[in-house]
Amino acid sequence: MNQSAPNAEALRRQAKVEQWSLLSLALPAVALVFFVVVIPVGWLFFLSFVGKDGSASLEHYQKMLEYKSYFRTFRTTFQVSLFTTLICIAIGYPLAYFLAQLPQRWAGIFMLAVLLPFWTSLLVRTYAWLVLLQRKGILNEFAMNIGLWDSPVKLVHNMTGTLIGMAHIMLPFLVLPLYSAMKKIDKDMMQAASNLGARPSRAFLSIYMPLSVSGLVAGSLIVFILCLGFYVTPAVLGGGKVIMVSTQITAILENQFNWGAASALGVVLLVATFLLLWITTKLFRLDGALFGRG
Amino acid sequence: MNHEDNQVNSARSNNSGALPISIRNLTKRYGEIYALDAVDLNIESGEFLTLLGPSGSGKTTLLMAIAGFNRPDSGSIRFGDEEMILTPPHKREVGMVFQSYALFPHMSVAENIAFPLKLRGVTKQERMQRVNEALETVQLTDLGHREIDQLSGGQRQRVALARAFVFRPQILLMDEPLSALDKKLRERMQIELKQLHRQLGVTTVYVTHDQREALTMSDRIAVINEGRLVQVDQPEEIYNKPRTAFVADFIGESTMLSLRKQRDGSLTYNNTLIANISPDNRVNNWLLAMRPERLSLQTRMNASANADDIVFPCIVKEIVFQGESAYMLLDLGDGTEIGVRSGGFNDTDVRYESGSEVAVSLKKSDVLLVPDTDKNNVTHVR
Repeated sequence: MNQSAPNAEALRRQAKVEQWSLLSLALPAVALVFFVVVIPVGWLFFLSFVGKDGSASLEHYQKMLEYKSYFRTFRTTFQVSLFTTLICIAIGYPLAYFLAQLPQRWAGIFMLAVLLPFWTSLLVRTYAWLVLLQRKGILNEFAMNIGLWDSPVKLVHNMTGTLIGMAHIMLPFLVLPLYSAMKKIDKDMMQAASNLGARPSRAFLSIYMPLSVSGLVAGSLIVFILCLGFYVTPAVLGGGKVIMVSTQITAILENQFNWGAASALGVVLLVATFLLLWITTKLFRLDGALFGRG
Repeated sequence: MNHEDNQVNSARSNNSGALPISIRNLTKRYGEIYALDAVDLNIESGEFLTLLGPSGSGKTTLLMAIAGFNRPDSGSIRFGDEEMILTPPHKREVGMVFQSYALFPHMSVAENIAFPLKLRGVTKQERMQRVNEALETVQLTDLGHREIDQLSGGQRQRVALARAFVFRPQILLMDEPLSALDKKLRERMQIELKQLHRQLGVTTVYVTHDQREALTMSDRIAVINEGRLVQVDQPEEIYNKPRTAFVADFIGESTMLSLRKQRDGSLTYNNTLIANISPDNRVNNWLLAMRPERLSLQTRMNASANADDIVFPCIVKEIVFQGESAYMLLDLGDGTEIGVRSGGFNDTDVRYESGSEVAVSLKKSDVLLVPDTDKNNVTHVR
């Protein structure tokens, strides 16, 4: 453009080539996501608007509004997800705090302990809980031996079992982002608060908590969203009493072979998830914490 | 909340103004290493005292002990008449400026400064007023609504300062508060900090490793090395009358020459008589500390025959242009290097260059002798 700017055109071309070559590195991943996620989800989305007779219709969505069972399924799904998240927070926050205070070497060892179950198959862990929590399982026997309760308590094939299993599986997803957020809190912050006259409890509430909240929300969100789509653990530990959306989708497909109805359930769950993600992100200004932007 | 405030206030309501600090026998060990080795130090009410030392000398450990952030092994720290050694930091009522500033990123500038006031139950109206006063004092008027990440380094420094004094502590601690600023800003802040100190009249303990900063700002300097106080004196005394080789070497740019003590008590360097001391003096190893600005440079021919001067013949090794002055590195003929600053270039019409044969003279009244505690170390070259 500018004649007096030597090499401007060549330099711009060079920058462009560099950009494209960087982008091409992401190409396989983008292609994979497109063919394995975008197209099938789009197809299911389309199916959910196709009625039994093959014409375009909203009958699947209407049915969801009409039948109470659908509503109950969604309520259970959100309940299980919420409780699991709360349990994870209750266990995970102190744990992450503890890890963040440890010297690097010890933190690594303890972190390994948190991550170890992560590397075991989900199915194996779920069945392990089944063994531990059953009527004559280790937990019941132990509790009765020390006199905590007299007769076996029903710990599995119900909501309790589901929550115990899911909280265990989800804990690392909460601890990891929380730990990294806590690690970033300068230790001078707490000293400064203390120096300015804040008791330890006050310093924690006024300074540490607000500074770790981005990690907490990010972790909770990950846990909550993963829970929404959970299948194996509620199916095994819930013993048919905890019907999640995923369970119902399977049931519809197995019993009625109704792709339209199953798809509609999936679409609603997906939309609900996105909505939740969007609201929380806006509410907590989380873009940075979730998507890695400063 | 109320309970907390009462505790904070009752910690010290009997005094006003500034409190003296008295440190006795303070010791802190990390394994085998003494971070503080039986430190005794009296800091007077309203004084600006600087803890000066190289990194790892224990100066920050001492400051943190005063603030209450580390627990010494033994000793006593008194603010006024009150023993503080067991008092937790939040009840010590000392203001502190951290090296990292430690401003709370989730609070605005005004909220940061109001935080200590809020903890003390100051009413909202008075809080606002005092925050504004503090902002005015540090020349940040109208920046109260800003977020911390919108501030420059110098502005953050001022906010940290305002937050440290807004609750009117009688002791103010500063841990290398200017080290993150560029040179120009740092020098301006040194003057401003000094003015602020005069205005507040608060007892101030300032930590730095920068000897110029210490000389510029302090009423007194406590030079600390390997956990021990080496010398506590006014800046002029520290600079002109260092009592140990460490102080002479650490403050200013000294060249140290190792002297030989003759039987008659005369101290010589390469057969040049430097000074006479009593033959009974038990110290045998002495160092001559020479400040570059106290040395004057001449050509060999013009070398002073004045009886008041000690003359060393040298060869020019290197000339470094430094803007307002030039620094010349000379060889004493035996491989020992000494530095001379341009104020000493007397023969302005002579152009020196590398290899020139010159002479350096030192007034006898400027001779500075320090005992050589480390005998194996023959010369210190800076």
